Amino acid sequence: MENNLIYFDNNATTPCDPRVVDTMLPWFYQNPGNAASRSHAFGWKAEEAVDYARGQVADLISVESKEIIFTSGATEANNLAIKGVFEMYARKGNHIITLTTEHKAVLDACDKVEKLGGDVTYLSVDREGLVDLKALEDAITDKTVLVSIMWANNETGVIQPMKEIGEICSRKGVLLFSDATQAVGKIPVDPKATGVHLMAFTAHKMYGPKGVGALFVNRKKPRVKVVAQMDGGGHERGMRSGTLNVTGIVGFGKAAEIAKQEMEADAKRLVVLRDKLEQAFEERLEEVYVNGSRTSRMPHVTNISFKHVEGEGLMMTFNENIAVSSGSACTSSSLEPSYVLIALGLGDDLAHSSIRFSLGRFTKEEEIDRAIDLVANGVTHMRDLSPIWEMYKEGVDLDSVQWQEH
Amino acid sequence: MAYSEKLLDHFKNPKNVGTLDKSKKSVGTGLVGAPECGDVMRLQIKVSEEGVIEDAKFKTFGCGSAIASSSLATEWLKGKNLDEASTIDNMDIVEELALPPVKIHCSVLAEDAIKMAIKDYREKNGQ
Repeated sequence: MENNLIYFDNNATTPCDPRVVDTMLPWFYQNPGNAASRSHAFGWKAEEAVDYARGQVADLISVESKEIIFTSGATEANNLAIKGVFEMYARKGNHIITLTTEHKAVLDACDKVEKLGGDVTYLSVDREGLVDLKALEDAITDKTVLVSIMWANNETGVIQPMKEIGEICSRKGVLLFSDATQAVGKIPVDPKATGVHLMAFTAHKMYGPKGVGALFVNRKKPRVKVVAQMDGGGHERGMRSGTLNVTGIVGFGKAAEIAKQEMEADAKRLVVLRDKLEQAFEERLEEVYVNGSRTSRMPHVTNISFKHVEGEGLMMTFNENIAVSSGSACTSSSLEPSYVLIALGLGDDLAHSSIRFSLGRFTKEEEIDRAIDLVANGVTHMRDLSPIWEMYKEGVDLDSVQWQEH
Repeated sequence: MAYSEKLLDHFKNPKNVGTLDKSKKSVGTGLVGAPECGDVMRLQIKVSEEGVIEDAKFKTFGCGSAIASSSLATEWLKGKNLDEASTIDNMDIVEELALPPVKIHCSVLAEDAIKMAIKDYREKNGQ
Protein backbone atom coordinates (compact mmCIF):
# COMPACT_ATOMS: atom_id res chain seq x y z
CA MET A 1 0.00 0.00 0.00
CA GLU A 2 0.96 3.64 -0.37
CA ASN A 3 4.08 5.14 1.26
CA ASN A 4 4.73 2.32 3.65
CA LEU A 5 1.71 3.48 5.64
CA ILE A 6 0.47 0.69 7.89
CA TYR A 7 -3.25 0.09 7.49
CA PHE A 8 -4.84 -1.07 10.73
CA ASP A 9 -8.36 0.14 9.99
CA ASN A 10 -9.78 -2.94 8.28
CA ASN A 11 -13.04 -2.64 10.23
CA ALA A 12 -13.68 0.64 8.43
CA THR A 13 -13.02 -0.95 5.07
CA THR A 14 -10.69 -3.54 3.63
CA PRO A 15 -8.49 -3.14 0.58
CA CYS A 16 -9.97 -4.85 -2.45
CA ASP A 17 -8.09 -8.11 -3.02
CA PRO A 18 -6.18 -7.93 -6.36
CA ARG A 19 -7.80 -11.23 -7.38
CA VAL A 20 -11.19 -9.57 -6.90
CA VAL A 21 -10.13 -6.57 -8.97
CA ASP A 22 -8.98 -8.85 -11.80
CA THR A 23 -12.33 -10.62 -11.82
CA MET A 24 -14.19 -7.33 -11.97
CA LEU A 25 -12.25 -5.65 -14.78
CA PRO A 26 -14.03 -7.27 -17.77
CA TRP A 27 -17.34 -6.12 -16.36
CA PHE A 28 -16.65 -2.43 -16.81
CA TYR A 29 -16.17 -2.27 -20.60
CA GLN A 30 -16.18 -5.63 -22.39
CA ASN A 31 -19.39 -6.79 -20.76
CA PRO A 32 -21.57 -3.72 -20.33
CA GLY A 33 -24.95 -5.43 -20.04
CA ASN A 34 -27.81 -4.71 -17.67
CA ALA A 35 -28.75 -7.91 -15.89
CA ALA A 36 -32.40 -7.02 -16.38
CA SER A 37 -32.14 -6.76 -20.18
CA ARG A 38 -33.91 -9.88 -21.40
CA SER A 39 -33.73 -9.19 -25.14
CA HIS A 40 -30.05 -9.56 -26.00
CA ALA A 41 -26.83 -11.37 -25.25
CA PHE A 42 -25.31 -8.54 -23.23
CA GLY A 43 -28.14 -8.75 -20.75
CA TRP A 44 -28.08 -12.55 -20.62
CA LYS A 45 -24.38 -12.56 -19.96
CA ALA A 46 -24.74 -10.02 -17.15
CA GLU A 47 -27.59 -11.99 -15.63
CA GLU A 48 -25.51 -15.14 -15.78
CA ALA A 49 -22.62 -13.38 -14.02
CA VAL A 50 -24.95 -12.07 -11.32
CA ASP A 51 -26.42 -15.54 -10.81
CA TYR A 52 -22.96 -17.03 -10.50
CA ALA A 53 -21.91 -14.39 -7.96
CA ARG A 54 -25.16 -14.87 -6.06
CA GLY A 55 -24.23 -18.52 -5.75
CA GLN A 56 -20.75 -17.67 -4.48
CA VAL A 57 -22.15 -15.28 -1.86
CA ALA A 58 -24.88 -17.73 -0.81
CA ASP A 59 -22.32 -20.52 -0.55
CA LEU A 60 -20.18 -18.54 1.88
CA ILE A 61 -23.04 -18.42 4.39
CA SER A 62 -24.61 -21.78 3.46
CA VAL A 63 -27.93 -20.46 2.15
CA GLU A 64 -29.76 -20.75 -1.17
CA SER A 65 -29.01 -18.30 -3.99
CA LYS A 66 -32.61 -17.13 -4.03
CA GLU A 67 -32.26 -15.97 -0.44
CA ILE A 68 -29.67 -13.32 -1.34
CA ILE A 69 -30.96 -9.80 -2.09
CA PHE A 70 -28.24 -7.56 -3.44
CA THR A 71 -28.17 -3.99 -2.11
CA SER A 72 -25.82 -1.01 -2.25
CA GLY A 73 -24.20 -2.04 1.03
CA ALA A 74 -24.85 -3.03 4.61
CA THR A 75 -26.52 0.24 5.57
CA GLU A 76 -29.17 -0.30 2.93
CA ALA A 77 -29.55 -3.96 3.91
CA ASN A 78 -29.99 -2.96 7.58
CA ASN A 79 -32.62 -0.39 6.64
CA LEU A 80 -34.43 -2.84 4.37
CA ALA A 81 -34.53 -5.52 7.05
CA ILE A 82 -35.71 -3.34 9.91
CA LYS A 83 -38.13 -1.02 8.15
CA GLY A 84 -39.18 -3.75 5.72
CA VAL A 85 -40.11 -6.20 8.50
CA PHE A 86 -41.78 -3.46 10.53
CA GLU A 87 -44.04 -2.62 7.57
CA MET A 88 -44.64 -6.21 6.46
CA TYR A 89 -45.62 -7.50 9.89
CA ALA A 90 -47.56 -4.46 11.09
CA ARG A 91 -50.63 -6.64 11.67
CA LYS A 92 -48.74 -8.86 14.08
CA GLY A 93 -47.21 -6.10 16.16
CA ASN A 94 -45.01 -3.03 16.26
CA HIS A 95 -42.28 -3.96 18.72
CA ILE A 96 -38.58 -4.34 17.86
CA ILE A 97 -35.76 -5.30 20.24
CA THR A 98 -32.17 -4.32 19.64
CA LEU A 99 -28.93 -3.45 21.48
CA THR A 100 -27.50 -0.11 22.52
CA THR A 101 -24.19 -1.12 20.91
CA GLU A 102 -25.56 -1.67 17.40
CA HIS A 103 -24.20 0.21 14.42
CA LYS A 104 -25.80 3.57 13.63
CA ALA A 105 -27.40 2.09 10.52
CA VAL A 106 -29.48 -0.13 12.83
CA LEU A 107 -30.04 2.44 15.59
CA ASP A 108 -31.09 5.16 13.17
CA ALA A 109 -33.42 2.78 11.31
CA CYS A 110 -34.97 1.88 14.69
CA ASP A 111 -35.30 5.56 15.46
CA LYS A 112 -37.25 5.97 12.21
CA VAL A 113 -39.45 3.02 13.17
CA GLU A 114 -40.26 4.78 16.46
CA LYS A 115 -41.22 7.92 14.56
CA LEU A 116 -43.54 5.75 12.45
CA GLY A 117 -45.34 4.57 15.60
CA GLY A 118 -43.19 1.57 16.44
CA ASP A 119 -41.98 0.61 19.86
CA VAL A 120 -38.27 -0.19 20.26
CA THR A 121 -36.53 -1.75 23.25
CA TYR A 122 -32.80 -1.05 23.49
CA LEU A 123 -31.12 -3.72 25.61
CA SER A 124 -27.93 -2.83 27.42
CA VAL A 125 -24.83 -5.03 27.37
CA ASP A 126 -22.53 -6.16 30.16
CA ARG A 127 -18.94 -5.09 30.78
CA GLU A 128 -17.80 -7.58 28.14
CA GLY A 129 -20.15 -6.09 25.56
CA LEU A 130 -22.43 -9.14 25.57
CA VAL A 131 -26.22 -9.25 25.60
CA ASP A 132 -28.04 -10.54 28.69
CA LEU A 133 -30.00 -13.52 27.32
CA LYS A 134 -32.50 -13.47 30.17
CA ALA A 135 -33.20 -9.79 29.58
CA LEU A 136 -33.70 -10.51 25.89
CA GLU A 137 -36.17 -13.29 26.58
CA ASP A 138 -38.06 -11.14 29.06
CA ALA A 139 -38.25 -8.25 26.61
CA ILE A 140 -40.09 -10.29 23.96
CA THR A 141 -43.85 -9.67 24.00
CA ASP A 142 -46.73 -10.78 21.78
CA LYS A 143 -46.24 -7.50 19.89
CA THR A 144 -42.59 -8.22 19.06
CA VAL A 145 -42.00 -8.62 15.34
CA LEU A 146 -38.22 -8.51 15.22
CA VAL A 147 -35.09 -8.96 17.29
CA SER A 148 -32.10 -7.19 15.73
CA ILE A 149 -28.71 -8.15 17.16
CA MET A 150 -25.37 -7.67 15.46
CA TRP A 151 -23.14 -10.69 14.96
CA ALA A 152 -19.87 -8.90 15.79
CA ASN A 153 -19.34 -5.36 16.96
CA ASN A 154 -17.49 -2.96 14.68
CA GLU A 155 -15.67 -1.10 17.48
CA THR A 156 -14.72 -3.91 19.83
CA GLY A 157 -15.00 -7.05 17.68
CA VAL A 158 -17.15 -8.66 20.41
CA ILE A 159 -19.20 -11.59 19.06
CA GLN A 160 -22.71 -12.04 20.46
CA PRO A 161 -23.97 -15.52 21.46
CA MET A 162 -25.97 -15.84 18.23
CA LYS A 163 -26.84 -19.51 18.66
CA GLU A 164 -28.46 -18.89 22.05
CA ILE A 165 -30.19 -15.78 20.74
CA GLY A 166 -31.48 -17.82 17.79
CA GLU A 167 -32.88 -20.46 20.15
CA ILE A 168 -34.72 -17.87 22.22
CA CYS A 169 -36.22 -16.25 19.12
CA SER A 170 -37.31 -19.61 17.67
CA ARG A 171 -38.89 -20.62 20.95
CA LYS A 172 -40.75 -17.31 21.18
CA GLY A 173 -41.67 -17.31 17.52
CA VAL A 174 -40.14 -13.96 16.57
CA LEU A 175 -37.95 -13.14 13.60
CA LEU A 176 -34.25 -12.61 14.19
CA PHE A 177 -32.21 -10.21 12.09
CA SER A 178 -28.45 -9.81 12.42
CA ASP A 179 -26.14 -7.12 11.12
CA ALA A 180 -23.24 -9.43 10.34
CA THR A 181 -21.20 -6.87 8.43
CA GLN A 182 -18.07 -7.38 10.52
CA ALA A 183 -18.35 -11.16 10.78
CA VAL A 184 -19.12 -12.53 7.30
CA GLY A 185 -16.00 -13.53 5.41
CA LYS A 186 -13.86 -13.42 8.56
CA ILE A 187 -15.38 -16.12 10.75
CA PRO A 188 -17.79 -18.95 9.89
CA VAL A 189 -21.33 -17.54 9.71
CA ASP A 190 -24.26 -19.87 9.07
CA PRO A 191 -27.56 -18.05 9.62
CA LYS A 192 -29.77 -21.07 9.02
CA ALA A 193 -27.97 -23.24 11.54
CA THR A 194 -28.07 -20.30 13.97
CA GLY A 195 -31.75 -19.44 13.65
CA VAL A 196 -31.14 -16.10 11.97
CA HIS A 197 -33.90 -15.22 9.48
CA LEU A 198 -32.46 -12.06 7.97
CA MET A 199 -28.85 -10.97 7.82
CA ALA A 200 -27.03 -7.93 6.41
CA PHE A 201 -23.45 -7.89 5.17
CA THR A 202 -21.25 -6.13 2.65
CA ALA A 203 -18.43 -6.75 0.19
CA HIS A 204 -16.01 -4.04 1.27
CA LYS A 205 -15.42 -5.52 4.73
CA MET A 206 -14.28 -8.80 3.15
CA TYR A 207 -11.78 -7.59 0.55
CA GLY A 208 -14.44 -6.85 -2.06
CA PRO A 209 -15.47 -3.54 -3.62
CA LYS A 210 -17.41 -0.73 -1.93
CA GLY A 211 -20.98 -0.06 -3.03
CA VAL A 212 -22.40 -3.59 -2.92
CA GLY A 213 -23.89 -5.55 -0.06
CA ALA A 214 -26.58 -8.11 0.57
CA LEU A 215 -29.54 -9.01 2.72
CA PHE A 216 -30.16 -12.69 3.35
CA VAL A 217 -33.89 -13.33 3.63
CA ASN A 218 -35.00 -16.79 4.74
CA ARG A 219 -37.37 -18.37 2.19
CA LYS A 220 -38.68 -21.45 3.93
CA LYS A 221 -39.71 -22.27 7.50
CA PRO A 222 -40.43 -19.49 7.96
CA ARG A 223 -40.98 -17.72 4.67
CA VAL A 224 -39.86 -14.19 5.47
CA LYS A 225 -40.84 -11.13 3.46
CA VAL A 226 -39.89 -7.49 3.68
CA VAL A 227 -41.61 -4.48 2.15
CA ALA A 228 -39.34 -2.81 -0.41
CA GLN A 229 -38.03 0.55 0.74
CA MET A 230 -37.43 1.83 -2.77
CA ASP A 231 -39.98 1.77 -5.56
CA GLY A 232 -38.96 0.85 -9.07
CA GLY A 233 -38.58 -2.04 -11.46
CA GLY A 234 -39.20 -4.81 -8.96
CA HIS A 235 -35.72 -6.30 -9.08
CA GLU A 236 -34.48 -8.80 -6.52
CA ARG A 237 -37.82 -10.58 -6.11
CA GLY A 238 -39.54 -7.25 -5.61
CA MET A 239 -37.62 -6.46 -2.46
CA ARG A 240 -35.01 -4.13 -3.88
CA SER A 241 -35.53 -2.19 -7.08
CA GLY A 242 -32.69 -0.67 -9.02
CA THR A 243 -30.32 -1.79 -11.78
CA LEU A 244 -27.92 -4.32 -10.35
CA ASN A 245 -24.33 -3.26 -9.85
CA VAL A 246 -23.05 -6.10 -12.03
CA THR A 247 -19.36 -5.24 -11.72
CA GLY A 248 -19.61 -4.88 -7.95
CA ILE A 249 -21.64 -8.05 -7.59
CA VAL A 250 -19.08 -10.03 -9.63
CA GLY A 251 -16.41 -8.72 -7.26
CA PHE A 252 -18.54 -9.51 -4.21
CA GLY A 253 -18.91 -13.08 -5.47
CA LYS A 254 -15.19 -13.52 -5.97
CA ALA A 255 -14.47 -11.99 -2.55
CA ALA A 256 -16.91 -14.47 -1.00
CA GLU A 257 -15.30 -17.40 -2.80
CA ILE A 258 -11.82 -16.40 -1.61
CA ALA A 259 -13.10 -15.79 1.92
CA LYS A 260 -14.62 -19.24 2.06
CA GLN A 261 -11.27 -20.78 1.13
CA GLU A 262 -8.98 -18.55 3.14
CA MET A 263 -10.77 -17.11 6.17
CA GLU A 264 -9.73 -19.89 8.48
CA ALA A 265 -6.05 -19.46 7.63
CA ASP A 266 -6.38 -15.66 7.76
CA ALA A 267 -8.00 -15.85 11.20
CA LYS A 268 -5.34 -18.21 12.56
CA ARG A 269 -2.57 -15.90 11.43
CA LEU A 270 -4.26 -12.67 12.53
CA VAL A 271 -5.12 -13.83 16.03
CA VAL A 272 -1.41 -14.43 16.64
CA LEU A 273 -0.49 -10.98 15.35
CA ARG A 274 -3.32 -9.31 17.28
CA ASP A 275 -2.27 -11.02 20.50
CA LYS A 276 1.34 -10.05 19.91
CA LEU A 277 0.31 -6.40 19.57
CA GLU A 278 -1.82 -6.50 22.71
CA GLN A 279 0.76 -8.31 24.81
CA ALA A 280 3.53 -5.93 23.77
CA PHE A 281 1.49 -2.93 24.94
CA GLU A 282 0.58 -4.64 28.19
CA GLU A 283 4.21 -5.49 28.85
CA ARG A 284 5.72 -2.16 27.86
CA LEU A 285 3.16 0.28 29.19
CA GLU A 286 1.22 0.82 32.39
CA GLU A 287 -2.52 1.40 32.58
CA VAL A 288 -3.48 -0.38 29.36
CA TYR A 289 -7.04 -1.71 29.13
CA VAL A 290 -8.43 -4.03 26.46
CA ASN A 291 -12.10 -3.16 25.95
CA GLY A 292 -14.77 -5.83 25.64
CA SER A 293 -14.65 -9.60 25.87
CA ARG A 294 -11.29 -11.14 25.19
CA THR A 295 -12.76 -14.57 24.58
CA SER A 296 -15.83 -13.99 22.44
CA ARG A 297 -14.39 -11.68 19.82
CA MET A 298 -13.16 -11.40 16.25
CA PRO A 299 -9.62 -12.62 15.59
CA HIS A 300 -8.29 -9.46 13.98
CA VAL A 301 -9.54 -6.67 16.25
CA THR A 302 -8.45 -5.11 19.50
CA ASN A 303 -9.81 -2.00 21.14
CA ILE A 304 -7.39 -0.62 23.72
CA SER A 305 -7.54 2.31 26.11
CA PHE A 306 -4.24 3.93 27.05
CA LYS A 307 -5.32 5.68 30.22
CA HIS A 308 -4.59 9.39 30.73
CA VAL A 309 -3.85 9.88 27.03
CA GLU A 310 -6.42 11.31 24.66
CA GLY A 311 -7.04 9.12 21.61
CA GLU A 312 -6.92 11.64 18.81
CA GLY A 313 -3.82 13.32 20.19
CA LEU A 314 -2.18 9.91 20.43
CA MET A 315 -3.13 9.09 16.84
CA MET A 316 -1.51 12.32 15.70
CA THR A 317 1.83 11.10 17.04
CA PHE A 318 1.85 8.19 14.59
CA ASN A 319 -0.69 8.88 11.87
CA GLU A 320 1.99 9.53 9.29
CA ASN A 321 2.86 5.85 9.72
CA ILE A 322 -0.20 4.00 10.98
CA ALA A 323 -3.90 4.33 10.17
CA VAL A 324 -6.23 3.39 13.04
CA SER A 325 -9.40 4.83 14.52
CA SER A 326 -10.34 6.08 17.97
CA GLY A 327 -13.40 6.20 20.18
CA SER A 328 -12.36 9.66 21.25
CA ALA A 329 -14.89 12.42 20.75
CA CYS A 330 -12.32 14.50 18.96
CA THR A 331 -12.51 12.23 15.93
CA SER A 332 -16.20 12.92 15.48
CA SER A 333 -18.09 16.16 15.21
CA SER A 334 -20.41 15.27 18.08
CA LEU A 335 -17.93 15.85 20.94
CA GLU A 336 -19.32 12.70 22.56
CA PRO A 337 -17.00 9.72 22.95
CA SER A 338 -17.92 6.30 21.55
CA TYR A 339 -21.43 5.25 22.66
CA VAL A 340 -20.37 1.62 22.24
CA LEU A 341 -17.58 1.90 24.81
CA ILE A 342 -19.80 3.92 27.15
CA ALA A 343 -22.41 1.13 26.90
CA LEU A 344 -19.75 -1.33 28.13
CA GLY A 345 -19.53 0.75 31.30
CA LEU A 346 -16.26 2.48 30.52
CA GLY A 347 -15.98 5.96 31.94
CA ASP A 348 -15.84 8.82 29.45
CA ASP A 349 -12.14 9.21 30.24
CA LEU A 350 -11.29 5.67 29.12
CA ALA A 351 -13.52 5.99 26.08
CA HIS A 352 -11.63 9.14 25.09
CA SER A 353 -8.39 7.17 25.44
CA SER A 354 -9.32 4.29 23.14
CA ILE A 355 -7.75 3.16 19.90
CA ARG A 356 -9.10 0.44 17.63
CA PHE A 357 -6.58 -1.67 15.76
CA SER A 358 -8.22 -3.81 13.07
CA LEU A 359 -5.84 -6.02 11.12
CA GLY A 360 -6.51 -7.74 7.83
CA ARG A 361 -5.48 -10.24 5.20
CA PHE A 362 -2.63 -8.01 4.02
CA THR A 363 -1.18 -7.23 7.46
CA LYS A 364 2.43 -8.31 7.82
CA GLU A 365 4.25 -9.25 11.01
CA GLU A 366 6.88 -6.57 10.44
CA GLU A 367 4.08 -4.00 10.46
CA ILE A 368 3.00 -5.23 13.87
CA ASP A 369 6.59 -4.86 15.13
CA ARG A 370 6.86 -1.33 13.75
CA ALA A 371 3.49 -0.37 15.15
CA ILE A 372 4.38 -1.61 18.63
CA ASP A 373 7.33 0.81 18.77
CA LEU A 374 5.52 3.73 17.20
CA VAL A 375 2.43 3.46 19.38
CA ALA A 376 4.32 2.76 22.62
CA ASN A 377 6.56 5.77 21.97
CA GLY A 378 3.50 7.88 21.19
CA VAL A 379 1.84 6.88 24.46
CA THR A 380 4.98 7.72 26.42
CA HIS A 381 5.29 11.09 24.66
CA MET A 382 1.66 11.95 25.32
CA ARG A 383 1.89 10.89 28.95
CA ASP A 384 4.90 13.17 29.40
CA LEU A 385 2.60 15.94 28.20
CA SER A 386 -0.40 14.88 30.26
CA PRO A 387 -1.20 16.70 33.53
CA ILE A 388 -3.49 13.89 34.64
CA TRP A 389 -0.75 11.30 34.10
CA GLU A 390 1.48 13.47 36.31
CA MET A 391 -1.24 13.68 38.97
CA TYR A 392 -1.84 9.94 38.75
CA LYS A 393 1.88 9.32 39.23
CA GLU A 394 1.92 11.64 42.24
CA GLY A 395 -0.89 9.61 43.77
CA VAL A 396 -3.60 12.25 43.39
CA ASP A 397 -7.10 10.77 43.51
CA LEU A 398 -8.40 12.03 40.17
CA ASP A 399 -12.01 11.50 41.22
CA SER A 400 -11.57 13.97 44.06
CA VAL A 401 -10.31 16.77 41.79
CA GLN A 402 -12.75 19.61 41.14
CA TRP A 403 -12.61 19.73 37.34
CA GLN A 404 -13.67 22.87 35.52
CA GLU A 405 -15.98 21.25 33.02
CA HIS A 406 -16.89 23.03 29.86
CA MET B 1 -8.84 16.88 8.45
CA ALA B 2 -5.66 18.64 7.41
CA TYR B 3 -3.90 20.71 10.04
CA SER B 4 -1.75 23.77 9.49
CA GLU B 5 2.04 23.60 9.54
CA LYS B 6 2.14 25.80 12.65
CA LEU B 7 -0.26 23.54 14.51
CA LEU B 8 1.69 20.43 13.57
CA ASP B 9 4.95 22.05 14.65
CA HIS B 10 3.53 22.97 18.08
CA PHE B 11 2.17 19.44 18.39
CA LYS B 12 5.37 17.65 17.39
CA ASN B 13 7.76 20.02 19.16
CA PRO B 14 5.69 21.50 21.95
CA LYS B 15 7.25 24.52 23.63
CA ASN B 16 7.47 24.93 27.40
CA VAL B 17 6.23 21.55 28.55
CA GLY B 18 6.66 21.17 32.26
CA THR B 19 5.64 21.93 35.78
CA LEU B 20 6.31 24.95 38.02
CA ASP B 21 6.11 24.73 41.80
CA LYS B 22 2.53 25.76 42.42
CA SER B 23 3.20 26.40 46.12
CA LYS B 24 5.43 29.38 45.27
CA LYS B 25 3.88 32.85 45.54
CA SER B 26 5.39 33.86 42.21
CA VAL B 27 3.58 31.06 40.36
CA GLY B 28 -0.02 31.17 39.12
CA THR B 29 -1.71 27.94 38.02
CA GLY B 30 -4.73 27.44 35.77
CA LEU B 31 -6.24 23.95 35.48
CA VAL B 32 -9.23 23.73 33.16
CA GLY B 33 -11.26 21.00 31.47
CA ALA B 34 -12.08 17.51 32.69
CA PRO B 35 -10.93 13.99 31.75
CA GLU B 36 -14.54 13.06 30.94
CA CYS B 37 -14.61 15.81 28.32
CA GLY B 38 -11.40 14.66 26.71
CA ASP B 39 -9.44 17.82 27.51
CA VAL B 40 -7.50 18.89 30.58
CA MET B 41 -5.13 21.82 30.30
CA ARG B 42 -2.76 23.01 33.00
CA LEU B 43 -1.04 26.30 32.34
CA GLN B 44 1.36 27.95 34.79
CA ILE B 45 3.04 31.35 34.85
CA LYS B 46 5.98 32.59 36.89
CA VAL B 47 5.78 36.32 37.47
CA SER B 48 8.75 38.55 38.30
CA GLU B 49 8.70 41.23 41.01
CA GLU B 50 8.18 43.78 38.24
CA GLY B 51 4.97 41.98 37.26
CA VAL B 52 6.30 40.47 34.05
CA ILE B 53 5.71 36.81 33.11
CA GLU B 54 9.23 35.42 32.97
CA ASP B 55 8.33 31.80 32.50
CA ALA B 56 5.30 29.78 31.40
CA LYS B 57 4.78 26.02 31.37
CA PHE B 58 1.98 23.69 30.35
CA LYS B 59 0.83 20.13 30.37
CA THR B 60 -2.24 19.09 28.40
CA PHE B 61 -4.32 15.95 28.07
CA GLY B 62 -6.15 16.33 24.81
CA CYS B 63 -6.15 16.27 21.07
CA GLY B 64 -3.49 17.81 18.85
CA SER B 65 -5.29 21.14 18.69
CA ALA B 66 -5.51 21.38 22.47
CA ILE B 67 -1.79 20.65 22.83
CA ALA B 68 -0.84 23.14 20.12
CA SER B 69 -3.13 25.82 21.61
CA SER B 70 -1.53 25.51 25.02
CA SER B 71 1.99 25.41 23.61
CA LEU B 72 1.29 28.59 21.64
CA ALA B 73 -0.28 30.26 24.69
CA THR B 74 2.86 29.71 26.77
CA GLU B 75 4.97 31.25 23.98
CA TRP B 76 2.76 34.31 23.86
CA LEU B 77 2.66 34.74 27.64
CA LYS B 78 6.40 35.01 28.16
CA GLY B 79 7.57 38.62 28.46
CA LYS B 80 4.08 40.06 28.82
CA ASN B 81 2.80 41.80 31.95
CA LEU B 82 -0.43 40.51 33.49
CA ASP B 83 -2.68 43.14 31.90
CA GLU B 84 -1.25 42.40 28.47
CA ALA B 85 -1.59 38.67 29.08
CA SER B 86 -5.27 39.13 29.99
CA THR B 87 -5.98 40.49 26.52
CA ILE B 88 -5.03 37.24 24.73
CA ASP B 89 -8.21 36.20 22.96
CA ASN B 90 -9.09 32.69 21.90
CA MET B 91 -9.76 33.91 18.37
CA ASP B 92 -6.12 34.99 18.12
CA ILE B 93 -5.16 31.36 18.73
CA VAL B 94 -7.74 30.13 16.22
CA GLU B 95 -6.26 32.43 13.61
CA GLU B 96 -2.61 31.67 14.34
CA LEU B 97 -3.07 27.88 14.24
CA ALA B 98 -5.86 27.91 11.62
CA LEU B 99 -8.02 25.76 13.89
CA PRO B 100 -11.01 24.17 12.16
CA PRO B 101 -14.47 25.05 13.60
CA VAL B 102 -14.80 21.78 15.57
CA LYS B 103 -11.56 22.62 17.39
CA ILE B 104 -12.42 26.16 18.50
CA HIS B 105 -13.20 24.86 22.00
CA CYS B 106 -9.47 24.04 22.36
CA SER B 107 -8.62 27.73 22.01
CA VAL B 108 -11.36 28.66 24.47
CA LEU B 109 -9.82 26.25 26.93
CA ALA B 110 -6.41 27.91 26.48
CA GLU B 111 -7.88 31.38 27.06
CA ASP B 112 -9.64 30.12 30.18
CA ALA B 113 -6.40 28.55 31.44
CA ILE B 114 -4.54 31.85 30.95
CA LYS B 115 -7.24 33.80 32.82
CA MET B 116 -7.33 31.26 35.63
CA ALA B 117 -3.53 31.28 36.04
CA ILE B 118 -3.52 35.10 36.24
CA LYS B 119 -6.38 35.05 38.74
CA ASP B 120 -4.59 32.45 40.84
CA TYR B 121 -1.41 34.56 40.88
CA ARG B 122 -3.30 37.73 41.79
CA GLU B 123 -5.21 36.04 44.60
CA LYS B 124 -2.02 34.63 46.04
CA ASN B 125 -0.44 38.05 46.01
CA GLY B 126 -3.42 39.98 47.33
CA GLN B 127 -3.96 41.91 44.09
